[in-house]
Amino acid sequence: MTALTLAEKILAARAGLGTVVPGQIVVAAVDVAIAQDGTGPLAIEQLEALGAATVKAPTCVFFIDHAAPAPRSELANAQKTIRAFCASSGATLSDVEMGVCHQRVAESYARPGDLVIGADSHTCMAGALGAFATGMGSTDVAVGMASGQTWLRVPETFRIEVAGVLRDGVEAKDLMLTLIGAIGADGATYKALEFGGTGIDVLPMPGRFTLSNMAVEAGAKAGLMPSDDTTREFLIGQGREEVWRPLAADPGAAYESVVESDARAIVPMVARPHTVDNTAPVAELKGTRVDQVLIGTCTNGRLADLRSAARLLRGRRRASHTRLIVTPASQAVARAAAAEGLFDVFWDAGAVVTNPGCGACVGIHEGILADGEVCLSTANRNFHGRMGNPEASIYLASPATAAATAVAGEITDPRELL
Amino acid sequence: MSEELLRGKAWLFGDDISTDHIAPGRLFHLRTDLPELAKHVLEDARPEFAASLAPGDFVVGRRNFGLGSSREHAPRIIKLAGAGAVIAQSFARIFFRNAINVGLPVLQCDTSGIGEQDDLEVVLIAGEVRDLTSGAVIPFVPLPPVMVTILNDGGLVAHVKKHGGFALPQG
Repeated sequence: MTALTLAEKILAARAGLGTVVPGQIVVAAVDVAIAQDGTGPLAIEQLEALGAATVKAPTCVFFIDHAAPAPRSELANAQKTIRAFCASSGATLSDVEMGVCHQRVAESYARPGDLVIGADSHTCMAGALGAFATGMGSTDVAVGMASGQTWLRVPETFRIEVAGVLRDGVEAKDLMLTLIGAIGADGATYKALEFGGTGIDVLPMPGRFTLSNMAVEAGAKAGLMPSDDTTREFLIGQGREEVWRPLAADPGAAYESVVESDARAIVPMVARPHTVDNTAPVAELKGTRVDQVLIGTCTNGRLADLRSAARLLRGRRRASHTRLIVTPASQAVARAAAAEGLFDVFWDAGAVVTNPGCGACVGIHEGILADGEVCLSTANRNFHGRMGNPEASIYLASPATAAATAVAGEITDPRELL
Repeated sequence: MSEELLRGKAWLFGDDISTDHIAPGRLFHLRTDLPELAKHVLEDARPEFAASLAPGDFVVGRRNFGLGSSREHAPRIIKLAGAGAVIAQSFARIFFRNAINVGLPVLQCDTSGIGEQDDLEVVLIAGEVRDLTSGAVIPFVPLPPVMVTILNDGGLVAHVKKHGGFALPQG
């Protein structure tokens, strides 16, 4: 038997083949297919063009998360289309109160070994559960929903070998920004990233999700983690223990390259405007004045992220010139955070706590920037115009750095406040 | 591959043109009105572009064109605005796949010698971009056979309808 990487192993199984090699074109069975309110209406149009009144892939979900609840009539109408299609087609609806698609997929839908396709580029986040999960356009996802299949070129794999434990005040986001800075925004185009090593073995699920979420920011098609006891514990917490199974790359699998990282050497990092690979240690940006801080999104809107921010915000207040917006990734996260009293910490610190969803990250509502303003965000993208105004600038960082920055009103190393 | 000859002028763009440059989030509400969204295509990179390009003109990028979101609206509005093709040194994966699915030619070649408003001729079957202004003949990377099949069938939906499922060259 040929030794396979995680990506090769999952794609071979879903294509019904004994083995696959990088570069091979396969037609594979889709387990989970998703779209959101930005890409869903076009996917529905394509489903109609295909004559598909019902969906065939086992799990098809439409999420209303980008503009939730609708801030304009055009968007309300688009959402109405989605609700009507779900009611008639057998697809599942995740409506405005539920939260970001990727967090919801992790909580409720993706399983180790699954092939997950989604009309949203950060669909790769589900790779943290040991799934092959990748972003595609509305047409590809429509075809996947209608036929239960998709075509894929089996990617070469970059092994990301992480050793050691992150230090206090340093988070998975800092590790991923460091990796993307080294690989480049297009350094892994068409490739799968496979995370492993002692540093991943000890990394809790929230951090794993952050790493897999941002695989696409290095150009990658997928970002996979082994499915291990940590994965199992997470699924037990979601009431889904029965879907767990162990999954790992074969010893001796062939990697196109190996990127080694020592977690102990990672320091708080930021991505400077306007690309994610434009990274620098927080220390180099110290003193950069910030008008708005956003804590949340699919990248860093989980309970562990909110706890990390609250740890630094407890008993402190945001700088008077710095708005602080907290957007939990899902209703489940918001419920748990509220129960722990984290919202009180945020409110006492002068934050706006919004409903779960994509929030300000995509530039539609809930925190659009003014001309010339600077935002520090825990999101995954800082592109020109991303947060609704091409005259604004966005820095990306961890929840801890975001909290410290909100307090100081300028980019600040969270370790100064620990 | 089509024998079609494409002709038009070159509109130059830089590295890392993202889907936020092409179809920004602040115009999210226009995603169900693509002709209107197309009036703003690439607005945040070159504000004059959408109103000024002539049918058949080319979007000429550098590295990693189309990075970011999976929004298929991005290649759709480039096509709707009238561009004949996107020519770039490299493309982000999802944008490239989306472009083929919606029938927008995407050509990967060395664009460093192409000048602003150069007259270009693209001969798809010959795999060449001819810069009539400079005289340069630039070969482009051939599309993989699977994508040629989808393009020739008229896009992914047409392909699936024609064959009753996927009928792609595998292996």
